[in-house]
Amino acid sequence: MTDPLFWHRLQFGFTVTYHYLFPQLTMGLALLIVIFKWRALKTGDAGWDAAARFWARIFGLNFAVGVVTGIPMEFQFGTNWARFSAFSGGVIGTTLAMEGMFAFFLESTFLGLFLYGEKRLSPRAHFASAVALFVGSWLSGYFIIATNAFMQHPVGYLVAADGRLHLNDFWAFVLNPWALWQYAHNMCASVLTAAFVVSAISAFWLLLGQFQDVASRCLRAGVVAAAIASVLQLFPTGDRQGRMVADHQPVALAAMEGVFESGPGAHLAIIGQPDVKHRRLVNPVEVPGMLSFLAYGSFGSTVLGLNDVPEDLWPDNVELTYYAYHVMVGLGTMFIALGLFSALWLYLGKLLQSRWLLWIWMLALPFPYIATTAGWVTAELARQPWIVHGLMRTSQGTSLRVDAGSTVFTLAGFAGLYLVVGLLFLYLVGREIAHGPAPSRAPPRAPAAAALAGGGRA
Amino acid sequence: MEMLWYGVVSVMLAVYVVLDGFDLGAGALHLFVARTDTERRTVLGAIGPVWDGNEVWLLAGGGALVLAFPLAYAVGFSGFYLPLVLVLWLLVLRGLSIELRSHVPNPLWRAFWDVVFALASALLAVVLGAALGNVIRGVPIDESGTFGLPLFAEALPGLRSGVLDLYTVLVGVFTLVGLTAHGGLFLAWKTEGPVQARSLRAARFAVALLAVLFVAVSWATVRVQPALAEAGSRRPLVWLTLLVVAAGMAALVRGLLKNQTGLAFGGSALFLVGLLASAAGASWPVLLHSTVSPRFDLTAQAAASQGYALRTALTWTLIGLPLACAYFVYLARTFRGPFRVEPEAPQPSGPGRA
Repeated sequence: MTDPLFWHRLQFGFTVTYHYLFPQLTMGLALLIVIFKWRALKTGDAGWDAAARFWARIFGLNFAVGVVTGIPMEFQFGTNWARFSAFSGGVIGTTLAMEGMFAFFLESTFLGLFLYGEKRLSPRAHFASAVALFVGSWLSGYFIIATNAFMQHPVGYLVAADGRLHLNDFWAFVLNPWALWQYAHNMCASVLTAAFVVSAISAFWLLLGQFQDVASRCLRAGVVAAAIASVLQLFPTGDRQGRMVADHQPVALAAMEGVFESGPGAHLAIIGQPDVKHRRLVNPVEVPGMLSFLAYGSFGSTVLGLNDVPEDLWPDNVELTYYAYHVMVGLGTMFIALGLFSALWLYLGKLLQSRWLLWIWMLALPFPYIATTAGWVTAELARQPWIVHGLMRTSQGTSLRVDAGSTVFTLAGFAGLYLVVGLLFLYLVGREIAHGPAPSRAPPRAPAAAALAGGGRA
Repeated sequence: MEMLWYGVVSVMLAVYVVLDGFDLGAGALHLFVARTDTERRTVLGAIGPVWDGNEVWLLAGGGALVLAFPLAYAVGFSGFYLPLVLVLWLLVLRGLSIELRSHVPNPLWRAFWDVVFALASALLAVVLGAALGNVIRGVPIDESGTFGLPLFAEALPGLRSGVLDLYTVLVGVFTLVGLTAHGGLFLAWKTEGPVQARSLRAARFAVALLAVLFVAVSWATVRVQPALAEAGSRRPLVWLTLLVVAAGMAALVRGLLKNQTGLAFGGSALFLVGLLASAAGASWPVLLHSTVSPRFDLTAQAAASQGYALRTALTWTLIGLPLACAYFVYLARTFRGPFRVEPEAPQPSGPGRA
């Protein structure tokens, strides 16, 4: 209770996990909305416009919650992790500032125009504002991933005489190879979440026999997008991300895979429980030699085991690292199976009639959120005990002048506030889904809607 | 290079105060100047399209602070831990109140968010003003280079005072009144009819009160932080900023007397910019004054990133900031002119649903 480090970590982990429930949908959904708008523009089919309008409302709600829960993230580097900020701010300040300059301004300007400007703008201008919003949100994601990539695999820096880090090579830092693959992997996950949400809500309508025109076209698009994204998630992005970990964080790889004994021909554990005390994997189901092959390209390659690493360099929670990683991989495998099977069923013309499959899609909604969260838990726990890999330990990054009591208090405040935010969000999204993409409905009564409709333009 | 970035960060934060200032002020006022649902939708409609973009200046300014002066960001943000978390909660509530109010046509739902919006806006103005007061007064940075502050300990500014003392609360109230005037003038400029008339009356009252508080704050600042006044009086640039303050005030009064609301709003913006610029100009090179000893003052040179990072950042800032300004001009042009609200279309999903 009195260890501030624990509470600082819990608060950051809680607020960032909660926050990321929203951007992971909006980034992927922005891409799907651009595709819907593009098809409407090309074909003149009003059904795609109706679909885009409905998903824009869901997007708007998610975006609003994403914005208000995102502001605390930018503050917490300074409030809770002052020593980390003082140490590495000379480097990561670059991407944090670039996010504000290049992404936030773009997003905030075109959000209003896109959400409420359809009546005022020409179809092309409205499509362009959707594209601008998509570009802004994906840029924002890149700058954050690049910041995280520096913590995972620091490049482009030098250590100054006073021990602080300074930027040494802008392009090496911004184009960190770790960032490129992590970004690709993360954005595929975001598209996957959006595709599952679109498909799940469409399946819900179809099972109820509501809004069939919009629901069936959204389901078709969602299933195809899910199939493509789930495959890309494994190969090449997941595979290359895994090799990055194997090359640069071998200890993290050992914890993720539950490998204790170093050696060639390492087995890939499909399931099994790590017993850290006795340093073994209990009840494993393994594929012989597979881990060596996946990590280093040949079955004979040597994989480092935790036994050959001093314990103070182990991730401090090997079990959770292992389970989070296996949850992510297990769910990802099921997504591929569901996506490819449904795409086949769609091709055979049986998807819309198979109620059992619609049920599966409807109930699948939470799972991409779980997989994405598990993936991030893996990435952040496997990096431990480092806050900047190899350069600064997490325990040395906290604010010295903020005590455990203050952090418990603020964590409780965030938890309560976010509970209320979550309930309001679910209530409002539920209303939108129940109402559906009815063509009669006017745009939501948000302030900007009235502004655009009634502004006294000369 | 440090001086240049000191200027960039100061300008970004000043832009934040001028832009978000009017929607904070309008939020604090709207319960009084807008009484019916249509009138409140007029107020929200006037600030709805721009508030998010305005708030982005705070985030972008914060980002620029991390980039240029990571040490100041680390020391300042952790030292002001509780008040900053309070700011975060208020920002969350305020953003929600603007975005969620319109989604449900139930009158109780709307009344609730109206009150949340007004309270969060007013409190934010006070807390942000008090934060500025703390920066001017100084904080107890010791030989460790860090500080921690209780919310309040003693009422008078000194070694044992907290985040809130008589001086910082005075600056907070001054900020609230100043932004209320600013927001009232914005509404008077962007609306018509009874809302405009009431906003103008509120702004007149606030400006009168502001004049009194201005004298009090100036006197108190010279008493609390004599070094600031002394350094400022030797710098021609600071005299120039005081001219800007005077010019802003003149435009403000002239606009009010002649009923030129646009001029008055512009004057108020100039007034705020001049005040912040004078504080920034007089403080240089100190980012955070130490109340323990001037030896522990956190200076721009000590807190700054190295030249390479600052030079590179200057390159992309010269690309990024004009782009941001271009978006802003585009948005402002789209929403120019007085704002009128349309009667609300009947909502298919009534209060009884969902």
